[in-house]
Amino acid sequence: MKYLDEFRDGAKAAILVAEIESLIATMDVPRDRPLHIMEVCGGHTHSIFRFGIEGMLPKQIELVHGPGCPVCVLPMGRVDDCVNIAERPEVIFATFGDAMRVPGSRKSLMQAKADGADVRMVYSPLDALAIARKNPAREVVFFGLGFETTMPSTALTILQAEGEQVANFSVFCNHITIVPTIKAILDSPDLKLDGFLGPGHVSMVIGTAPYEFIANFYRKPMVVAGFEPLDILQSIWMVLKQIKEGRADVENQYARVVPDKGNAAALYAVSRVYELREFFEWRGLGSIDHSGVKLRDEYAQFDAERKFAIPNLKIADPKSCQCGEVLKGVIKPWQCKVFGTACTPEMPLGALMVSSEGACAAYYQYGGVRQHAAAE
Amino acid sequence: MNVAPFIRSRPLGKVHVPTVTLSHGGGGKAMKDLIDDVFVDAFDNTALARLEDQARFDLAELAAHGDRLAFTTDSFVVDPLFFPGGDIGKLAVCGTINDLAVGGARPLYLSCAAIIEEGTMIDLLRQIAGSMARTAKDADVEIVTGDTKVVQRGACDKLFLTTTGIGVIRAGVILGAHLARPGDVVLVNGLLGDHGAAILCARGDMALETPIESDCAPLYGLIETLLGAAPGVRFLRDPTRGGLATVLNEIADASQVAIEIDEAATPVREEVKAFCEILGLDPLYLANEGKIVAIVPPDEAEAALAAMRAHPLGTRAGAIGRVDAGEAGRVTMRTVFGGQRIVDMLVGEQLPRIC
Repeated sequence: MKYLDEFRDGAKAAILVAEIESLIATMDVPRDRPLHIMEVCGGHTHSIFRFGIEGMLPKQIELVHGPGCPVCVLPMGRVDDCVNIAERPEVIFATFGDAMRVPGSRKSLMQAKADGADVRMVYSPLDALAIARKNPAREVVFFGLGFETTMPSTALTILQAEGEQVANFSVFCNHITIVPTIKAILDSPDLKLDGFLGPGHVSMVIGTAPYEFIANFYRKPMVVAGFEPLDILQSIWMVLKQIKEGRADVENQYARVVPDKGNAAALYAVSRVYELREFFEWRGLGSIDHSGVKLRDEYAQFDAERKFAIPNLKIADPKSCQCGEVLKGVIKPWQCKVFGTACTPEMPLGALMVSSEGACAAYYQYGGVRQHAAAE
Repeated sequence: MNVAPFIRSRPLGKVHVPTVTLSHGGGGKAMKDLIDDVFVDAFDNTALARLEDQARFDLAELAAHGDRLAFTTDSFVVDPLFFPGGDIGKLAVCGTINDLAVGGARPLYLSCAAIIEEGTMIDLLRQIAGSMARTAKDADVEIVTGDTKVVQRGACDKLFLTTTGIGVIRAGVILGAHLARPGDVVLVNGLLGDHGAAILCARGDMALETPIESDCAPLYGLIETLLGAAPGVRFLRDPTRGGLATVLNEIADASQVAIEIDEAATPVREEVKAFCEILGLDPLYLANEGKIVAIVPPDEAEAALAAMRAHPLGTRAGAIGRVDAGEAGRVTMRTVFGGQRIVDMLVGEQLPRIC
């Protein structure tokens, strides 16, 4: 397939793996303490498992699967709020597919649908707006979810709804922003990370400048990476190269998609429609300051949180769940007390078992062959 | 097969209204007219035209085909009713034929039960019954008994079909999911995922236009050819819902073996690959309606592959992997990229990823 096969070439992969091996051979990596590189984004996690990249890397490199799966980090209370809205008889609740299965404390959206709520799977917020136009007597609520990658499309849809005065359309805004979360991870006392693969599609919107503090203040290398397997291998090599040379820079491996300055039109729409929340609750990580956005007052009429009385419940993560430690790289998914026993994709207890992009679900489904073997 | 020439002993009823109403399910003349007009006329055979409550078979005639009876049933609720490459009628006939055929049975007779939503167009039903009749005729199978029910609007989605089938297994043919042995070769007869992708596209909610057609086809002919060339075949299964990945997991589990497939050797159409890339789906889990997975002993693999490739439904057949003595129940894939990953069962249905 054009523009894909080129980035999945096994022969080129073998060359890159050899380059990584020879680079690491010149580095002084302690035997008992491999280098920990975090891929921030769930899309990377998915590719790493799908193509079996972990098993191709030398033992001195361990990949840590970060918090960049928006479905996974959604707290249970927010899912309960979704179910509450969806269960109102006048509401058509429109959501991306993989949010359907996220468990709330009572039920998931999929269960709510089975119980009679009108929950519809859409592929874009514009689909939700189209449903609103077609059903003027119903209230259509779009479940706005995701990092800066999906934030602009929700913002542009709200602007379009405003332009057309579609009064029965609103957004339940759960958009979150990645930078404060990376900072929270860097501030954590049990941090074990040596470098980052930066989120490619978030960066396509925000550019590379917002990550400068990671290099400047925390002295950690960051390489903004594409999602094809060759992208990921090359980015790992670039991180290693920085570590070897004692540098900490923000580099852009994904320049074919990510402009250093980001996407001005998308950023404009984002800044017009949203403002930062004081804090936002993340599954597994707790409350993080300025890590979520809400609609500005000018767009209150499209804000489901103001349109409907939302209970806004706070539900604590289950005590046995160690998602936070997995997210920070302190333990591997399979080292969690409940991995594969009390917590499985059928009955996820923790955030990371929820979506196929979550590290634990990916381990469970695609299996880090080497790591599973090591665990046995 | 000895099919008695059909002599119509009575004139067939006719429906003169455009849509089905509840009166067509009331048991009276309207119902008889619907059955005659739509089903009896299309299926056109003696057993059905007698309109008895059951079809009757001559045991000696059945026994001439083999020494065991195979019996299966399947329901069809596909949305939309018509899709590129087929329709619910063709699917209902192929599905049950294939469920018999993968057991090594020669499919002989089908039943057809239809649950119809009031308001459904009669013409649409005629078209679907016609499609069932053509598919059955091509596969040398008769639809010999049936049932119709009409339900209120909203109680079903236009039309649900259930087909039940019987077939006869030739003496000596023994197939089973528990029979795979290390060293066996995994074969498929062609491109995977077409049906699943075609249906998702045909629903139209993602505004993607693709030329992908369902692979829906009756597979007995191919299987007969395969079993002739490779009588030692251990197991056959049609990878419908859940796709290739699910079938391989079932085999690995039932036979307590490991299976490794090779991504580069696994045939998937470029359009299906692209479709899956866009939506974040995996073709290994997409449904097929005209494919078989065959587990074949190593010494017969070459003959089996050649036989499949010589058949019109197997031109793109390939050997995609091997059974080995690794961890029992584990299915892995060697990726095109040179890595290895586990191919597990899906938990629920595949859901498109957010970003």
